[in-house]
Amino acid sequence: MIRFDHVSFTYPDAPAPTLVDVDFTVPEGELCLVVGETGSGKSTLLRAVNGLVPRFSGGLLTGTVTVGGRSTALVPPRELADVVGLVGQDPAAGFVTDMVEDELAHVMENLGVAPDIMRRRVEDVLDLLGLHELRNRPLSTLSGGQQQRVAIGAVLTAGPRVLVLDEPTSALDPAAAEEVLAALTRLVHDLGITVLVAEHRLERVVQYADSIVYVPGDGAPVVIGDPGRILAGSVVVPPIVELGRVAGWSPLPLSVRDARRAAADLRERLAPLTPPVPSAPAHGEIVARVTGLHAGYGPVAALSDVELEVRAGEVVALMGRNGAGKSTLLSHLVGLRAPQRGEVRVRGEEPHRLPARSVIRSVGLVPQDNGVLLYHDTVAAECVAADRDGDLAAGTTRAVLDRLVPGIDHRAHPRDLSEGQRLALALAIVLGAEPALVLLDEPTRGLDYGAKQRLIAMLEGLAAEGRAVVMATHDVEVVAAVAHRAVVLAEGEVVADGPARDVVVHSPVFAPQIAKVLAPETWMTVGEVSDALATLGESR
Amino acid sequence: MSASRRMLHPGAWWIWAIALAATALRTTDALLLGLIAVVVAYVVSARRTDAPWARSFGSFLRLGVIVIVIRVVFQMLFGVRIEGTTLFTIPSVTLPSWAAGVSLGGPVTAEALVDAARQGLRLAVVLLCFGAASSLCSPYRMLRALPSALYEAGVAITVALTFAPQAIIASRQVRDARRLRGRADRGVRAWAGSAMPVLEGALDRSVALAASMDARGYGRRGAIPVARRRGISALMLLGLCLVAVGAYGLLDATAPAVLRLPPFIAGAVALTASLMLSGRGVERTRYRPDPWRSPEWIVSLSGVAALVAIVIAGRTGAVLEPPASPLAVPQLVPVAAAGILVALLPAWLAPRPPAPLEPTLDPRFEVAA
Repeated sequence: MIRFDHVSFTYPDAPAPTLVDVDFTVPEGELCLVVGETGSGKSTLLRAVNGLVPRFSGGLLTGTVTVGGRSTALVPPRELADVVGLVGQDPAAGFVTDMVEDELAHVMENLGVAPDIMRRRVEDVLDLLGLHELRNRPLSTLSGGQQQRVAIGAVLTAGPRVLVLDEPTSALDPAAAEEVLAALTRLVHDLGITVLVAEHRLERVVQYADSIVYVPGDGAPVVIGDPGRILAGSVVVPPIVELGRVAGWSPLPLSVRDARRAAADLRERLAPLTPPVPSAPAHGEIVARVTGLHAGYGPVAALSDVELEVRAGEVVALMGRNGAGKSTLLSHLVGLRAPQRGEVRVRGEEPHRLPARSVIRSVGLVPQDNGVLLYHDTVAAECVAADRDGDLAAGTTRAVLDRLVPGIDHRAHPRDLSEGQRLALALAIVLGAEPALVLLDEPTRGLDYGAKQRLIAMLEGLAAEGRAVVMATHDVEVVAAVAHRAVVLAEGEVVADGPARDVVVHSPVFAPQIAKVLAPETWMTVGEVSDALATLGESR
Repeated sequence: MSASRRMLHPGAWWIWAIALAATALRTTDALLLGLIAVVVAYVVSARRTDAPWARSFGSFLRLGVIVIVIRVVFQMLFGVRIEGTTLFTIPSVTLPSWAAGVSLGGPVTAEALVDAARQGLRLAVVLLCFGAASSLCSPYRMLRALPSALYEAGVAITVALTFAPQAIIASRQVRDARRLRGRADRGVRAWAGSAMPVLEGALDRSVALAASMDARGYGRRGAIPVARRRGISALMLLGLCLVAVGAYGLLDATAPAVLRLPPFIAGAVALTASLMLSGRGVERTRYRPDPWRSPEWIVSLSGVAALVAIVIAGRTGAVLEPPASPLAVPQLVPVAAAGILVALLPAWLAPRPPAPLEPTLDPRFEVAA
């Protein structure tokens, strides 16, 4: 269905090609997963399927991409709209209309589908994706998961035979991600649509995949094969596969169900042991205190009556649905917004009243899209600017960066860094001024497992230095590994606040994979399990 | 009223706004211009939505003030000298003979300043009218309502129509990011420092939108022979040029008659023909087209009424462009003022926009946070 025939691609002015001699075929009706680090060329590969690369990106593409028997070299993307549906990383950025129904109909209008057929297909897609209750809603009022489903629906109405999705769940909370993935598997199984999907969070999708395309980046050859085989030889694996390796299972499990069936014996062995007590929240001084905070956009409150205390040396995970108010709370903590009611104090001061220069000394935020913090054209220039902004000794920021991730090229353009390196750069800029409170908004978005491990180490380092860290995240695996405390927000209210283990393990939505496999025991990470197995081995 | 809440056809708002802009172009009378500005601002505040582009009116207001200031400053430095009450004198520079006609510095008179302020005000009001149109109707609806022949230039048009709202979103983002880096988020330096990132961000967003539209078949031609397509494009380009010349002639009261109606009509005919020809080849359908009902007629005609009234006032000898000297207290032209007040009707007669059901928490527009 999709055929890449010796495809190589170089962006304009890029020193090296992004894709080198990519050669694979995805047969009809398969769900094919594209994995690889951000910056390795996954998105480029996906956008080449309908010809947006090179037609919108510029650059030189050699070889041929054929989809549904049509070559992208011969027809522009718009003429392929009836064959390929492409959903980009940020669905909202691609919305063309204001209302759900109009958005669904847009592609059919362009294809010239007769009005009565349009009405029927819109109904079908509304039902298929469970969107019928949203049909008259303005797009701007939808949650992340709903937006993603509308974006999928908006290409589905054309009746494409191929669906291409770029990280459809990376911005979504676990429940919304399930919603989207359930819709996807339904499309594959019920309609036989060929799906090509890129995703970092393997633990979410690998169980549904028929094959995996591994893009290693840096011009190394692309590998394609079945999921078990590719993962067995890969260093980048979801926690469940890692658990399988530790426990010595064969074949390696890909879903919680497989693992649970194999784990009876492991649960028995672990039963006499108790998981390490939750790392006690440090009894440091209180760095930030939020009392009775209300905030609202429009008629409904985004935050209501929020109470929160953050102590030095503590890592707090802020969890909850998309739109639950996590980002709003962070922007109040850093003083980007003024409270409507209630009070926010960081080290005794109200951050929104302080001038920018003093705020950065007590609290720093790395926003979700950390690229907005970076506007110079080399890493060195960013570091120098950060030193100047914060009145720091020359070289401070660079030193912080080298401590976080050694060896980033001074001359590199921030845009060309990998996602993990860019996060480290943004974090270094924020940390240069030595804030007591560090805030991170969805730091794991776009990170592969290796980069996540480095992030976890960085956060542990920050806590050890006595800084307080608040991290808004959907990534339960990272929460399990690093957070001391978890705070769950729902509809702007704090619904849970306690040790991360207690909050996370017993929630069917937030529980990490390991906890699901080993329930009712409360193990959360592979590290804990392998340590426990090691002590068992010694005591024998 | 909730049953009748709906979005007005974008075309209606644009006709209303363009008619008011054309009205403004026919006068430099401060009272009339002020009246137009008030009418426009009132209608916007009464009928805009909570959407992010609806906030663009404030930016246009600021832009208007800047335009007036620049116009006045230029008049002081380089303007044509107008005799009258000298307020102060700027040291003048003697220019070489080849630059004769350009003066630098010299005495600044109250008459000259008032005249410059009037001219600036006119331009500012025209800008406000466009600001009103772009805050009253969504750029996305406008894109959909475009005639299919314009799809030829699909990407360019998408970028053009969505750039202003995207720039406003990007500017909020950049302002927040500056604060996070500990830089000043207000003042001249902040403005200067954020111009490039804002423009870059807005362009990136617009191009991303264009890519998404292209991937969803926007601008699809189907099977039209190349030669015919080029013919249609040429016809349309010709039509646009003629209409532009004609519109200039019609709006500039001093233009010769030959440059007024004839090119305008010829251009309109050429445009219509090209639109019809290209529309014939394109397979394209509408899902629940925006209706054009009585509110649309009321809104568009109320704008046209203002234009008609000012034309009648001009014909009947009212002074619409008061002379620069001597200075005089502006006199209200009743016919024109009444016409402009008719354009206020949409504030009550246009349907209210749909109410947001939930907090408008739109990640597309959410700032760094």
